[in-house]
Amino acid sequence: MDGVVAPSFDVARIRQDFPILSEKVRGKDLVFLDSGASAQKPRQVIQAMTRMMETAYANVHRGAYHLSEAATEAYEAARRAVAGFLNAASEREIVFTGSSTNAINLVAHSYGRGVLKPGQAVLVSEMEHHANLVPWQMLKAAHGIELRVARVTDAGELDLEDVEAKLADGKVGLVAVTHMSNVLGTVTPAARLAALAHAHGARLLLDGSQAAVHRAVDVQALGCDFYVFTGHKLYGPTGIGVLWGRMELLEAMPPFLGGGDMISEVTLEGFLPAPVPAKFEAGTPPIIEAVGLHAAIDYVRGIGMASIEAHERHLVDRAMARLPAVDGLTLIGRAQDRGGVFAFALDNAHAHDLATLLDRVGIAVRSGRHCAEPLHARFGVESTCRASFGLYTTEAEVDYLAEALGKAREFFG
Amino acid sequence: MFDDLRDLYQEVILDHGRKPRNFRRLEEADREGRGDNPMCGDRMQLWVKLAPDGRLADVAFQGKGCAISMASASLMTETVRGKTQEEARTLAEKFRELAMTGTCPDCGGVLEDEMERLQALGGVHEFPSRVKCATLAWHTLNAALENTGKEASSE
Repeated sequence: MDGVVAPSFDVARIRQDFPILSEKVRGKDLVFLDSGASAQKPRQVIQAMTRMMETAYANVHRGAYHLSEAATEAYEAARRAVAGFLNAASEREIVFTGSSTNAINLVAHSYGRGVLKPGQAVLVSEMEHHANLVPWQMLKAAHGIELRVARVTDAGELDLEDVEAKLADGKVGLVAVTHMSNVLGTVTPAARLAALAHAHGARLLLDGSQAAVHRAVDVQALGCDFYVFTGHKLYGPTGIGVLWGRMELLEAMPPFLGGGDMISEVTLEGFLPAPVPAKFEAGTPPIIEAVGLHAAIDYVRGIGMASIEAHERHLVDRAMARLPAVDGLTLIGRAQDRGGVFAFALDNAHAHDLATLLDRVGIAVRSGRHCAEPLHARFGVESTCRASFGLYTTEAEVDYLAEALGKAREFFG
Repeated sequence: MFDDLRDLYQEVILDHGRKPRNFRRLEEADREGRGDNPMCGDRMQLWVKLAPDGRLADVAFQGKGCAISMASASLMTETVRGKTQEEARTLAEKFRELAMTGTCPDCGGVLEDEMERLQALGGVHEFPSRVKCATLAWHTLNAALENTGKEASSE
């Protein structure tokens, strides 16, 4: 997207939408660089959820009274908004879940046991979040599915030759990889992966927990088969995630959780599942959260995903100029195509000590292994600190981080 | 920029963090324990050699972790050497209180000198997410003395 300009992007004005950004931490301005773990919420999201609870709340798909109909309409409007956000062919392909984790577990359980056959394989990569690794390990143990792991290069990119080699025997039924690493910031070549997977008879699931926040996602253009993301990283509430799947795949999959709302008929002897997507939405869904997610999608689309991407590209360039210049700092991963997630280590400070220091000057970063323990082992590091950017992050904050890191290294001598 | 963090990272902590004492494997140990802080990946292994009268003749550890956890383990090995197992358990209990509250109301007792030394880690109580870094070594020591074979966890 070279040449994209963002004339309307005014980060100072955007920051005013996020009440928490004017909070002080230990007397210092908050420099929130942990949006990759969970993003802050704009007033538009907070107000939409409050307004719904104050004026239009009831359970959905149940009552024949006004409030329930209004709540149902709001819930289904959120589904349409998500379909538009992902450019899904139909809103019925959108399944609301509790989180990305829940969405992947749904696929692992339902597609994994209901469609994949013992002896087939699932291919993941070394840079998966535990949420896109452990469910497949569980499937392997329970259902006799082989689990293959594609390598990551020293630069932190997916090794496509290795992907191809591991697809070659045609046993892989599903490729499940991240669309953007939550540690390395690497954006994976989704369209290329879809072509590779399909050429070898496999389906492609993309974990878009990070990517969907930073770039426009068009599932039809990408050519993937499943896509998952979560509300709380997209400036929306916790407790809601999304599974998008191709209709014919969702229809072929057995239900995951059983309960109310997912049935069309129940007797004491058995049940008939409801059509997609209700089949996968057992129990009272996250109604208020869906309304919040809808508001979050309206918010980012109002700004424009291209503008957000362009802004974050500036931040990435700034970080790539400033962070490696800090004495003793090692940056993990240097992918060509990357987003605003930077994992790093200082040669004389443990990640937790560093995070404590940064916190003291108002900077919030994550420290540890970021739910990606095998990836840290791959790069031979015990733990890292991670700075991750959001649409409200400023270049001044990136500079401040670099300055603080230099001072922290001096502190530990 | 970080001057007010000198309470937490006192020179003695930085020194023990950089150059932990008794950082070695103890051959022919009588007790052994493992500690793990799953949230941050800190791990340690601890060995105890007992004297004929049951006292802790030698204590050594190896592991990876932040300055706080390494310094705490290092100071602990020095502090409990020569103590009875009962005294070591008492110190572990008092240290836990110190790490969580910053104060040690019962510290005027017979173990006063030892507790005074450990006060260097008292600053950690202001950082709730870091308390477990300081207490991991002591959990591990307790596990070793109980010799349950279970891994100590700071969680």
